[in-house]
Amino acid sequence: MGARKAKGRKSEITLEELADEGSLAAALTCEECSTLFPLDARTACDRCFGPLSVVYGHGPLRGTSPDEVLAGRAPGLWRYLELLPPVSPASRERVPLGPSPLRPAPRLARALGLRELWLKEDLALPSGSFKDRPAGFAVAYARDLGYPAVGCASTGNLAAATARAATLSGLPAWTFVPAGLPEAKLLPVRIFGGGIVEVEGTYDDANRVAQVLADEDRLGLVNINLRPYYVEASKTLAFEILEERHWDPPAVWGIPLGSGALLSATFRALMQVQDIGWLDSSEEELPRLVGSQPEGCAPIAEAFRKGSEEIVPVAHPETIAESLAIGNPASGYDALGAIRKTGGAADAPTADEVRWALREAARLEGVWSEPAGGTVLATFKRLVDQGTLDRSDSAVAFLTGAGWKTPPVWEGQDLGPRLRVSARERSLTLPDLAAFPSLAGAAAHGEV
Amino acid sequence: MVHVFFSGALKAVTNGVARLELPDFAEGDLDTLLRSLAGRFGPSFSDRLTEDGHLRRYVNVFVNGEDVRFARGLQTPVGPADSVDFIPAVAGG
Repeated sequence: MGARKAKGRKSEITLEELADEGSLAAALTCEECSTLFPLDARTACDRCFGPLSVVYGHGPLRGTSPDEVLAGRAPGLWRYLELLPPVSPASRERVPLGPSPLRPAPRLARALGLRELWLKEDLALPSGSFKDRPAGFAVAYARDLGYPAVGCASTGNLAAATARAATLSGLPAWTFVPAGLPEAKLLPVRIFGGGIVEVEGTYDDANRVAQVLADEDRLGLVNINLRPYYVEASKTLAFEILEERHWDPPAVWGIPLGSGALLSATFRALMQVQDIGWLDSSEEELPRLVGSQPEGCAPIAEAFRKGSEEIVPVAHPETIAESLAIGNPASGYDALGAIRKTGGAADAPTADEVRWALREAARLEGVWSEPAGGTVLATFKRLVDQGTLDRSDSAVAFLTGAGWKTPPVWEGQDLGPRLRVSARERSLTLPDLAAFPSLAGAAAHGEV
Repeated sequence: MVHVFFSGALKAVTNGVARLELPDFAEGDLDTLLRSLAGRFGPSFSDRLTEDGHLRRYVNVFVNGEDVRFARGLQTPVGPADSVDFIPAVAGG
């Protein structure tokens, strides 16, 4: 590794010094042609434009136990520093995060037909989605590299997370989003002090415009020119599940697919801890990764269902799951490969199935997820009904975003009674809530 | 005049050039444009973008903002006043 200095900061930091902070990250490698690069700001492979990922030297951790390595560390994102790229303590301290709750959901498990279900509730993170992990990490990394400003291309969740991490890190943030997002997705960005550029077009258009501007304005776009580091932090979701379940994880992991980066990161996390020896299993015994996309934007799930090696982009995504409306998934091939290698599956439920699952989760477990999480739950239901998942399976669903961000999903839906009465009302008879068809789903399980 | 933008990932083969204007580019298609650019920057430019006569999997080319994969690929028409962006498909999510 070269002695390149991080630019633009008063106290410059060498990469060697960063490596001394505990990270075992060694280099970037191209996933297509295996060319190696130093750990610098780099969008793609110089040789073939292929995506880059971080490679690690796990040697120092082999023969250790996770309890011995992790003992005494604060919970959260930075707990797993050996298994992430190097970030200085000063930048880490500015963006504390997590962990998110992992809790059993027995009533929802019964509704979906599973023996056991766990909910990984990243919707409880500060900006309302799992994006607090990669955004927090990448902004800290950008701070070490001396970027004067940060930003992202986003379907909404990442914009809020980037704005939050930026304000904590003392950096301005510009977020590029497709025009027309619900105000509930944009308001957090503004509250956290971020700027918004609404691009007339799809997410992929916003992404392209951001890339063109980032190259010229020295903007650290977390999911573009910092993407190789950004995606690494999503591994912590898996680390938290493994640690909380004492390294005996549920057999099936349900993960929403937008760009495919979260599922790919999850697979890399599993491979890392398997390589170190913390997870005692062969590749065949790894948790099966189940990918979920919504009908209307399902290029990865389509490729899986067809048994195809090619992912055909969707030009104009149409789905209630806006956070998954990425027609040209950057990590699609990686995700597809991970699903197949772990013996997993992928599917794409309809909007009605997603809404049903969201309401079941809300009424049976008190969890209000955005449609991405509902897509996972609805996929579990489909796969159980089809016999692809066994009713004796234990599963964990990644609930990656909060329901309060997506009010348009419920516009025009029958959500039960809403009465308005006079302030002098004295004789109102309240109706039986269980008699309303829209509430029958939860009531049918006899649990409400 | 055709306006061309190159992502930073291509700067190694464009000698650091990020934007280019081609006043003399006649009516043609993306393939014609790529040949013209290879004439200027050398064969390594084409090698970065194409393989076996097709755009590489992780190369996105946009003509006036439209992904050529949704148009006619290398046969997508390119004419005067068009803008062409060469961008790696590694963003998202």
